[in-house]
Amino acid sequence: MPATPMSKAEREPGNAHSQASRVFDLSVHSLRELNQALHKLTPGSNETAWEVLNPKGSHSVAVGVDQPVSIDVRGSVGYYCAGMNDGAAITVHGSAGPGVGENMMSGSIVIKGDASQYAGATGRGGLLVIEGNASSRCGISMKGIDIVVHGNIGHMSAFMAQSGNLVVLGDAGDALGDSIYEARLFVRGKVESLGADCIAKEMRPEHIELLQALLDKAGVTGVKASEFKRYGSARKLYNFNIDNADAY
Amino acid sequence: MCGIVGLFLKDKALEPKLGAMLSEMLVSLSDRGPDSAGIAIYGAATGNEAKITVQSPKPDRDFRGLDAELAKAISAPVSVAVKSTHAVIRTTPDKVDAAREALQTLRPDIRIMGAGEAVEIYKEVGLPEAVVDRFGVRAMTGTHGIGHTRMATESAVTTMGAHPFSTGADQCLVHNGSLSNHNNVRRELIRDGMTFETENDTEVAAAYLSNRMAHGKNLGEALEGTLSDLDGFFTFVVGTKNGFGVVRDPIACKPAVMAETDQYVAFGSEYRALTKLPGIDNARVWEPEPATVYFWEH
Repeated sequence: MPATPMSKAEREPGNAHSQASRVFDLSVHSLRELNQALHKLTPGSNETAWEVLNPKGSHSVAVGVDQPVSIDVRGSVGYYCAGMNDGAAITVHGSAGPGVGENMMSGSIVIKGDASQYAGATGRGGLLVIEGNASSRCGISMKGIDIVVHGNIGHMSAFMAQSGNLVVLGDAGDALGDSIYEARLFVRGKVESLGADCIAKEMRPEHIELLQALLDKAGVTGVKASEFKRYGSARKLYNFNIDNADAY
Repeated sequence: MCGIVGLFLKDKALEPKLGAMLSEMLVSLSDRGPDSAGIAIYGAATGNEAKITVQSPKPDRDFRGLDAELAKAISAPVSVAVKSTHAVIRTTPDKVDAAREALQTLRPDIRIMGAGEAVEIYKEVGLPEAVVDRFGVRAMTGTHGIGHTRMATESAVTTMGAHPFSTGADQCLVHNGSLSNHNNVRRELIRDGMTFETENDTEVAAAYLSNRMAHGKNLGEALEGTLSDLDGFFTFVVGTKNGFGVVRDPIACKPAVMAETDQYVAFGSEYRALTKLPGIDNARVWEPEPATVYFWEH
């Protein structure tokens, strides 16, 4: 699948020439030391580039960062990496465990490998790019985040998704967009099945434009917005249907 | 929660390190389950020897003189190797049932952990580190093994409630999750002649597989059956004499990661469990699909 990873310079133009990274080796320092150091950052800090070594599947790497710094994690991480991110540009040079980028507010997260369950869950803003595959429940209850997956996503993705955009260059698993509200889902490959109240919708020019902008932002090249189908809410579950009263 | 691990070696050169590798994997998942831990380890079956792993609440009393008494009762050679609260009884394969029966009278407090030509099972209350130290698991050799660290939800924290559960010769199972129809399935299995040691849901899953295999299904078919007949959350890792299998329920909310190289196939609840395996940086690492049966055999 043709795709160009975003360079650090593209994501964070101000840091393009930043030389001195602050390096944190998790085989030497504790995870708590790393996260506390990140939480102590204040606006205007000179420590704008961070590198994390030897994560070895650790949980909660770089959670709750609220300053616009860049963080490169060299290796695979466990649960909840980059959760609640608010403004940082975080790249994982490996795969991520469950709940990566959970409740992101703003900024960007790039996963070079695969992501496990519920990537980007409840995210309110920012951009999550997964260059490999994402497993089940990707974008569950998303509330404004943009998620771009280069590979496939698993079952029950975008369950109860409220707003934001989920873009999938590959295929989607069972029950995509079950009980969806107003999020937009764009899938280039096949969809195993749609969940309750999720339907295919027409791609109007404004959707092509929006999707093209997202693909550009995520550094995806060689893929046209017109290759995708759009899915969204049929809005049949918004109000109680009195004809269904007997079911309760 | 619970943490589970499995390791199936393809490269014979790693066999002396199986116990050390599996112990390392299990200990790394200690915070997924502090209640009890267990390991099933498979050595090469010779065909002319059977092993019965037993446990006693009073090992000093129960294991003393057991070899001679049991040998006399079943008229066959018997050896007993004591490891803390457990002992591995070796005898000829045709005498396993006779030995089980004789043990009930000779040592009524002894519980059978498992039996077969290849498997040894060690499990106790406590953290994985303490359990692998107690039984000297790190020094054990073998072809494949599975392990479990438990955070109890469905039954009491006891030795017998720890995993792995073994309900058939050389068969055992570890489980992350909880089953909701285990009482019904247990009743059906009891009607079909299966016996149970505990009220535990996982023992029902193990017995279900043993029962299906006793009815002529292979491991793959038996695992397929769990998808329609067991209700609840599960990631199962199953060991048999020649191999191991993995299956996740269709919802697949219990985590699972696998890795494969030319030297091994490994399973962990989390990637953390796999990070110290040789060549892991270049291994094929993936998450097993929901409702899909995987198994490897020698």
